[in-house]
Amino acid sequence: MIRVEKLDVAFGHGQSRHHVVREVSLSVSRGETLGIVGESGCGKSTLLRSLAGLERGWTGRIWFDGREVGTARGREELKLAQMVFQDPYGSLHPRHRIGTALAEPLRAMGYRDDQKRVLQALRQVGLPADFANRFPHELSGGQRQRVAIARALILSPPILLLDEPTSALDVSIQAEVLNLLADQREERTLTFVLVSHDLAVVAHMCDRVLVMKDGTFVDELTKDDLCSGVAHDSYARELFDASFL
Amino acid sequence: MHDRDASPILSIRDLNVRFGRNAIAAISDVSFDIGRERVGIVGESGSGKSTTGRAIMRLLPPKAGVTAKKMAFCGEEILGKTERQMNRLRGKEMALIMQDPRYSLNPVLPIGKQIAESARLHLGLKSKEALKAARDMLVRVRISDPDRVMGQYPHQISGGMGQRVMIAMMLIARPKLVIADEPTSALDVSVRKDVLLLLDELVRENNSGLILISHDIRMVASFCDRIIVMYRGRIVEELTSSLDKAQHSYTRALIAAMPDARHPVRRLAVMDRQALDNFGERVA
Repeated sequence: MIRVEKLDVAFGHGQSRHHVVREVSLSVSRGETLGIVGESGCGKSTLLRSLAGLERGWTGRIWFDGREVGTARGREELKLAQMVFQDPYGSLHPRHRIGTALAEPLRAMGYRDDQKRVLQALRQVGLPADFANRFPHELSGGQRQRVAIARALILSPPILLLDEPTSALDVSIQAEVLNLLADQREERTLTFVLVSHDLAVVAHMCDRVLVMKDGTFVDELTKDDLCSGVAHDSYARELFDASFL
Repeated sequence: MHDRDASPILSIRDLNVRFGRNAIAAISDVSFDIGRERVGIVGESGSGKSTTGRAIMRLLPPKAGVTAKKMAFCGEEILGKTERQMNRLRGKEMALIMQDPRYSLNPVLPIGKQIAESARLHLGLKSKEALKAARDMLVRVRISDPDRVMGQYPHQISGGMGQRVMIAMMLIARPKLVIADEPTSALDVSVRKDVLLLLDELVRENNSGLILISHDIRMVASFCDRIIVMYRGRIVEELTSSLDKAQHSYTRALIAAMPDARHPVRRLAVMDRQALDNFGERVA
């Protein structure tokens, strides 16, 4: 479903040039969930933003569903992958009603501003229909993240890119959001790429995990590896030990 | 091993905190004792765990109504103290370590000066001695190049280093009680462990009490002697041994909601808040 070859991202020029992602390659099959873990500054979010088309300065090749996408993307290409961001307080426009926020991708992609689809999207993430008239500050953090997920799913993309989707939430709310994501994945056969620093969340959600350090992947772990706590690389092991105090 | 003083450092009975004329109390009837031990306070956002920490330090805003039958620090009642007496206690006898070092350090003062200020104020050292004490303390918190860090500003150091600096600053006066409010939530996983172990080591060395406030029940369980679980401003349960022994349905739900890599489940357990509230009312 997703194939990436030698993706490379660098910011700045000359002396201040900073190589963030160094020639990484990966592939994710349909319905699979790939996790990427690493510390702050390792390049995991930049990698995800490049996949989403938010970062334009990358080199290398990316395929979605067998189709190559470039740095500049048309509507059809953008519809293939949608993103959910970390902070539900920052990713919703504070002065747009929830209904407006949900209709935004529809308008941007040239569909009719369809109220029915908005209400259906709300229902799918377990929110009542009258939330469409509310403002983001009238919602709790977990409800806002549900709205963000609804907004990402409203275009029915086959790929969902998740950047720390639950790290701003309480554990009990995190459980609800993770369950919602798992349900949607099953229902729509979605392909997920989940970026997180929380190994427990990644282990719960993902079939396969890549450990990232300084812009490259240093280890790849399967679900069984995660369950038994096996890591091949010394850095990955360190990260493991640190997360299970 | 130090001989353990049996009398508690902090003793609280029926602490209540109410903000303004709000009908709902932020904290109701909270009672506990802290000796020379490590106690964790666990709860979700809004459970009142941080408010409890701040009430002990008397750092809540004036509009907060704080009442307690008893709130004694080393045998002295805290609530009756004047602001001036409190200033002598804060930092010297009791210290608060907050979540994000980027916000709790002064951005326009070099690190060395900030730690030295704490030494001057609480230990009565002269400026040169204070700077030397600050440098020694930086070595204690395992900062490899203390002379360079002394001259740096908070924005020039990493989060993990910032939290070490905070610990150095707070523990230089060897306070009897350390309150750490989510000391590692803003840090990367790999640094988290080092900071916690460091905090533990220094607190043991000083033979002081530690209150670790956190939302991460598993981290607290592996670190503390005792865990106080808070929900909606009340203490619902006190755990002294492993998490498996948890009795209260809230504590159990909190543990079940956390994904665990070693024991994978297909779906995570979700809290039934309605049932929890009914349960709470029956008890109350």
